[in-house]
Amino acid sequence: MSPASGVPKPKWLVFGIGNPSRGDDSLGSTLVDRLEQWLDQDGVSHSLPVEVIVQTDFQCQIEHALDLKDVATAVFVDASVACAPPFALTEISAEKDASHSTHALSPACVLEVARKLNMPLPQTWTMAIRGDSFELGEPLSVEAERNLGHAFNRLIECLRMGKV
Amino acid sequence: MTFQLETASNPKGLRRIAIEPVSRVEGHGKVTLLLDDNGDVQQARLHIVEFRGFEKFIQGRPYWEVPVMVQRLCGICPVSHHLAASKAMDRVVGALPLSRTAEKLRRLMHYGQMLQSHALHFFHLSSPDLLFGFGADVAKRNVVAVAEAYPDIAVQGVKLRKFGQEAIRITAGKRVHGTGSIPGGINKLLSVAERDSLRKDIDQMIAWSKGAVDIVRKLATDGGEEFREFGHFESKMMSLVRPGDGALDFYGGVLRGRNADGSILFDGVDDQNYHDLIREEVKSWSYMKFPYLIAQGKEDGWYKVGPLARVQNCDFIPSELAEAERKTFKAARGGGLWHSPLAYHWARMIEMLHAAEVIRDLLNDPDLLDGELIKQGERRSEGVGIIEAPRGTLIHHYQVGEDDLVTMCNLIVSTTHNNQPMNEAVRRVARRYLNGRTITEGLLNHIEVAIRCFDPCLSCATHALGKMPLLVELVDADGTIVDSMVKND
Repeated sequence: MSPASGVPKPKWLVFGIGNPSRGDDSLGSTLVDRLEQWLDQDGVSHSLPVEVIVQTDFQCQIEHALDLKDVATAVFVDASVACAPPFALTEISAEKDASHSTHALSPACVLEVARKLNMPLPQTWTMAIRGDSFELGEPLSVEAERNLGHAFNRLIECLRMGKV
Repeated sequence: MTFQLETASNPKGLRRIAIEPVSRVEGHGKVTLLLDDNGDVQQARLHIVEFRGFEKFIQGRPYWEVPVMVQRLCGICPVSHHLAASKAMDRVVGALPLSRTAEKLRRLMHYGQMLQSHALHFFHLSSPDLLFGFGADVAKRNVVAVAEAYPDIAVQGVKLRKFGQEAIRITAGKRVHGTGSIPGGINKLLSVAERDSLRKDIDQMIAWSKGAVDIVRKLATDGGEEFREFGHFESKMMSLVRPGDGALDFYGGVLRGRNADGSILFDGVDDQNYHDLIREEVKSWSYMKFPYLIAQGKEDGWYKVGPLARVQNCDFIPSELAEAERKTFKAARGGGLWHSPLAYHWARMIEMLHAAEVIRDLLNDPDLLDGELIKQGERRSEGVGIIEAPRGTLIHHYQVGEDDLVTMCNLIVSTTHNNQPMNEAVRRVARRYLNGRTITEGLLNHIEVAIRCFDPCLSCATHALGKMPLLVELVDADGTIVDSMVKND
């Protein structure tokens, strides 16, 4: 709720995807951890034009469609081996795909499930952060850590402006 | 030991087809088929990249960290690893038995996990195959198409999954990587508000679960011969059953095995002695090991685990609606055991119904709201924890030094037990549907359908954008790729 106007702030969902024990696969969840720390600082949440909710999981699944309820903007943050470093921010729309056999839905397919459940869809983006090393028990690689910094700065810039 | 169609007598000069559902970074699932010039299958192998290095990852860590750490093994069934590790560490801290409250809260967590996992598998992963047919247009074979054609079913699937996740969140502390179960017990009780938040919806969950059983029963009945014969092979079965009365029990019990004809092979084996029963074989062509019963040997000692084994291995299901469905299931086979891979779906939905009924009964139990959280006793250096995870028997075995650090860790996950059965199913389907035929996407899906019956967990590692294609490659005798198809990227 915006204290000045009494009007509820638009809700933003930042969803970090990845396994925290697998090197650069933790980029999504690490970004969310840092975002939570930043939001916990005095006055930060209050000063933003949006209400931020965060979530992490190993991968997207059908029930995550329900997490989009009342969300105005969703950002799915994930490690990527396909994007150019440091990161790529891409708007996506609901889309059928063939991820049915993978135990994991793409963010676009999560949107499609939500659409089929007759839910209003948020404006949705993927933030793909370049990662290269995915070994068990390894920390973030130096390159991924650098990429994460750039992505994080961009995200908080978006949150401060209330738009991507 | 080599099985029929496991290894071609002359693999050189055979055409190679690879189906690679590369759902995670390390590849995980791949089927290779070698065909001769007539298009006849000469070799069929399912390769699954097992999680590697995790046992080493655990060694050297304090034992009390383990139930939380092992959840990072898998994003699909973290609760199963959380609880199996906790059970093993209960032994280490001498907490035998747990308090009533602790065991019931762990059961609520576990049965919530069974409910959400089975719901996901049926409504999301398998229903497109079952409702549209194995050879249907690939554009139809996904959960979105199910939502279009069967909107009620799609909604039920999502809400059943959500309910199970809520049961986990409330008992484990959070939906992912919870800390609710600890060595010796649990770390929090249920509040009245938490209990009531689940209780208000549980009757609906039972009704939807019953409806799911009805759907599969009808599919089985309508499917007739094809349902019974698709990928059919006979094998032994193994699961935990409740000591004393042989009831179905997902949380714990003694090990029981049945022969393919239904006779008891072994019974009442203490879970701490699993290593006297099971050994694992390594094969050069597969990353995943092949477990077998020591007494029966490598050739005859392989077995199925999971819903089809559990529902037929138990003497009864201790909840009214699920037990009635088990009897119907058994009667439909006419006395013998079901061995058809597709019957896994039927058994899985009976288990989902049972899980929902157990959750209802637990939510009416005052022990969830009050009681002893933790017990401790004589410290031990070793513990085994076995649980019936959604996909089957899950074994965690640890040794702990006097400095409280883990010195040895051995895990046998459900999908590993089913390695040989899945390979058998692939070979049967390959021979029945692919021999001499033009390879089409729909035909290749028959292979995937057979694998999906077992609900193998291929998610023990990582994923990343750009690393999830479903790749089909045709390779000629010289190793040249002559055609390829990517289903997802």
